[in-house]
Amino acid sequence: MDIATLMTISFSAIFVSNFVLARFLGLCPFIGVTKKIENALGMGAAVTFVMFLAGVVTYLLYGLILKEGAVWIDADLELVLRTPMYILVIATLVQLVEMFLRARVPALYDALGIYLPLITTNCAIMGVALLNTTDAPVEISEAAGASLAHGLFVAGWHGISAGIGFTLAMILMSGIRERLDMADVPAPLKGMPVAFICAGLMSMAFFGFTGML
Amino acid sequence: MAEAQCGGECATVKGLMSGKGRETVKEAAWSNNVVAVQILGICSVLAVTTRASNSIAMGLALMFVAGGSSFIISLLRDITPKRIRIIAKMAIIAVLVIIVDQILKAFYWEMSLALGPYVGLIITNCLVLGRGEAFAQHNPPLLSAVDGIATATGYAGVLVVIGLFRELVGAGEILGITVLSPEWYPRNQFMILAPGAFIALGFLIALFNHMRGETAVE
Repeated sequence: MDIATLMTISFSAIFVSNFVLARFLGLCPFIGVTKKIENALGMGAAVTFVMFLAGVVTYLLYGLILKEGAVWIDADLELVLRTPMYILVIATLVQLVEMFLRARVPALYDALGIYLPLITTNCAIMGVALLNTTDAPVEISEAAGASLAHGLFVAGWHGISAGIGFTLAMILMSGIRERLDMADVPAPLKGMPVAFICAGLMSMAFFGFTGML
Repeated sequence: MAEAQCGGECATVKGLMSGKGRETVKEAAWSNNVVAVQILGICSVLAVTTRASNSIAMGLALMFVAGGSSFIISLLRDITPKRIRIIAKMAIIAVLVIIVDQILKAFYWEMSLALGPYVGLIITNCLVLGRGEAFAQHNPPLLSAVDGIATATGYAGVLVVIGLFRELVGAGEILGITVLSPEWYPRNQFMILAPGAFIALGFLIALFNHMRGETAVE
C-alpha cells in the first residue's frame, strides 16, 4: 500500500464512481436535503463522519468474525450475519453521534434536526460497509491485502473519500436547485423531475473523469 | 426519508382505514406511488434498471420483503415497545433480505451477480421501513401485507417501465431479445450509463405528474 494507491481510491470514490452520481447511493438526502446549501453542507459533514466510523467498525467486525476462517464455526457467517450486523452497527453509531452532538455541540445538533437519525437508512453508509468488505472493488481489496491493520486504514480512508464525494455532490446540487427556484420550468417538470434531470447532467459531467484512472 | 415523509402520509393512512383492501391497493400502487409520487427508494430504481430482467427480479424481491415485513411488523405491533421499534423492524427486514439474497445466490447466481450489492441494500430501502412505520404500525396483518405488496408492485411497475426503456434504447433489446437490429440502430450507451437513469426517471415522473393532472410535487 503506497500513497498512489490511496490517491487512486480517493479519486475513484470522489469523482470516477461518485457515490451519488455514479453508484446511485444516498439519493434520498441528495434529493430531500438539497434545497439550501447550508443544510446540504451539514448533512454532508454528518454523513462523512458516520461513513468513516461505520467503515472502520464494520471492517473490524468483518475481519474478526465474518471473514471466512476467522471464527471456527461450520457455517457461512458472512452470508447470514452480514446484513443485520452492519445495520445494527450503523444504527448504534448514528445514535451515539446524535447523543454526543446533543450534549457537546448543541448548535450543530439543532441545525441537522431530523436528518441526523435518518442517516441510518442512508444506503450510502451501508454501501461503504459493503464496498469495503464483501463487494470490494479491485483497488480496495488489493490495497487492504491480508493484514487487518492495512484493511482498517483503507476502510477508513475509503469512508472519508466517499463522504467527501457525497458532500461534493450535495453542495453542487443545492447550488443548482437554489437557482432552479427562479427558473421558468414547464409545469409537469417542476420540482422533482427537473431536479433529476439536473442530476443526470451532473452525472454526465462526472463521467468525464472516467478516463483518468 | 421515511419519517420526514410521514407528515402528509400519515393523514392519508388514516383516511384509508375505512376503505380497506381495494382502496389500499389503488392508493399504494398508483395514486401514492412510492417512486413517482413519494420519491422513496430511488437508489435501487436507478441502479438496477439497466435491463428489464434485472428490474423484474428486483421488483419481485421487493414485493417479498415489503409484504413479508409489513405482515410480521403488524403481527408484532402490539407487543413491540415503542422505543426500540426501529431496531426491531430493521431486524425483521434484515431476516427477509437475507432469505432473498440466499435464494438468489442458490438458484439464480447470474441474477445475483447482476444485482450486486443492491440486494443487500434492500435493507436501507426507505420503501420497506416507510410502509412498516406508516401503515403496518396501525393496521391488521393481512391488510398490511396487502399494502406492502401493493406498494412494492407500484415500485416494481416503475422499475420495469424504466428497465424496458433503458434496455430498448441502450441495447436495442427487450428482455435479452434483439428488437432493433444493430445494422441500422447504433447502440445508445448513454441510456445504460448513470446519467441516462437520472434523466429517464426525471421524465417518467414528469409524465406521471402530467397524467395525474397535477403540476408541482414538492
